[in-house]
Amino acid sequence: MIPAIKFENVCYEKDELSILNNINGVFNKGKITTLVGPSGAGKTTLLKLCNGLYSATSGEIYIQDNPIHSYEPTTLRRKVGIVLQSAPIIRGTVYKNLALPFTLQNKKLPENEAIKFLNDVGLNESFLHRQAEDLSGGQRQKVSIARTLINQPEVLLLDEITSALDPTSVNEIEQLILKINQKYDVTIIWITHNIEQAKRVGDYTWVMMEGQLIESGETNILWTNTNKLIQNFVSGVTEA
Amino acid sequence: MSYTTLSLTLIFVLIPLVLSKSLKLDLEKDTIIATVRSIIQLLIVGYILKFVFETESIIYILLMITLMIVAATLNARKKGKAIKGITWKIALTLIVVEVVTQGILIGLHIIPATAQYIIPISGMLIGNSMVLSILFLNRFTAEVESSRDQIELVLSLGGTPKQAIHTQLTNAIKASMIPTIESQKTIGLVQLPGMMSGQIIGGADPVQAVQFQILIIFGLLTTAALSSIIVGFLSYPTLFNERMQIIKNV
Ligand SMILES: Nc1ncnc2c1ncn2[C@@H]1O[C@H](COP(=O)(O)OP(=O)(O)O)[C@@H](O)[C@H]1O
Ligand SMILES: [Mg+2]
Repeated sequence: MIPAIKFENVCYEKDELSILNNINGVFNKGKITTLVGPSGAGKTTLLKLCNGLYSATSGEIYIQDNPIHSYEPTTLRRKVGIVLQSAPIIRGTVYKNLALPFTLQNKKLPENEAIKFLNDVGLNESFLHRQAEDLSGGQRQKVSIARTLINQPEVLLLDEITSALDPTSVNEIEQLILKINQKYDVTIIWITHNIEQAKRVGDYTWVMMEGQLIESGETNILWTNTNKLIQNFVSGVTEA
Repeated sequence: MSYTTLSLTLIFVLIPLVLSKSLKLDLEKDTIIATVRSIIQLLIVGYILKFVFETESIIYILLMITLMIVAATLNARKKGKAIKGITWKIALTLIVVEVVTQGILIGLHIIPATAQYIIPISGMLIGNSMVLSILFLNRFTAEVESSRDQIELVLSLGGTPKQAIHTQLTNAIKASMIPTIESQKTIGLVQLPGMMSGQIIGGADPVQAVQFQILIIFGLLTTAALSSIIVGFLSYPTLFNERMQIIKNV
């Protein structure tokens, strides 16, 4: 297996507080790795390290075998795209939001391109000129996913992207991500609160707790694991 | 005006003191401090100005302007403590404002190059520049604080720090300039500007007083634009590190 991303003794501290503690592991190229763990485990922090929004305090992250800092930050961030948990939107229309990755490179996103991406996330053409601020939480999440896809990232980082969606939409988005994964050979790291989702979509799964990677491996093997912590977590004991 | 006559104006201080006392506003102490300070500061300035005007030496003029810039810088930097190197950034802004405005005024012979013109006009423009810098810094830190998510979003999609902060920067620049522009729309209608009033009371021809006021108004516009834009463009890079990451705790 070729690692798309490799973590080597990665620690991340903030205000002298340890957020991530000695993370080691690989994310295999072209595969979907689901990332589970209770709130505050450090999952979001780990994704932001991959996208270059944060830098590790110690240790090294490799992107396709090159140290992460050997990439220009803007190049890295287009290559390793993230859909942020809070699904932030910028003021203006849905089109303006979708076109943002292009605008940042002084390019213009053709409207039909934008519509294609909208359709991909289950929104129709009529949304294009709506004000993004008027959208529901779920619709914002969909726009946010489409916006990241516009950069055509080689690695896609997803941070609880279906948390505000109804079951039908969840299914739609899961199918979309699986399709993108297969069609473009995109490597995906997918944080989810939903254990069933983690099992459904993951080739591999990482279980995180209190800043540590406590278990990782092929998804279907992992859930038969006897590790008490994981069993507790799976059965929802550590979930608030 | 004699000092005896001037002392009669202390009645104006007495009125708020009595009101504060009887209504328990608890403002007596501050009122007294403000009164004493304004008397001392203005008298000192008056005598210094008199001295500088009489000697008409370029050294003293430069010294006065330097003092103004130092005082204004120390005042304004309190609002931007979180921004690295804010002191020299504000100082540089004030210096640019002063050089540009005086350069135009003196260079084009709009005013004579004498202390009597240079110092009061510098004072007004530097003071305004200081207020603008404070307005800008207040607004800018608030904007950055409330739109951290949007800034991070633009960075995460491959935007540069300049692109990420663009909206917050321009919002803060605009917001800090609006009071200057707005106040000029109604100028003269409700209240006469302080400088113009002073000149008229001092016996100057009202039309000439108006001409100087117009000069100041235009100067203030330039000052406003220059101040917020320069402070803004000098400040925003310090919110990011060399890996284009937003630095926390602004
Ligand atoms: N901006 C922040 N300021 C302070 N603490 C933070 C911030 N972001 C994350 N943390 C802390 O880092 C830890 C990990 O957070 P996070 O990565 O968001 O976890 P998760 O995504 O697994 O819920 C938590 O203890 C959280 O309190
Ligand atoms: Mg999170």
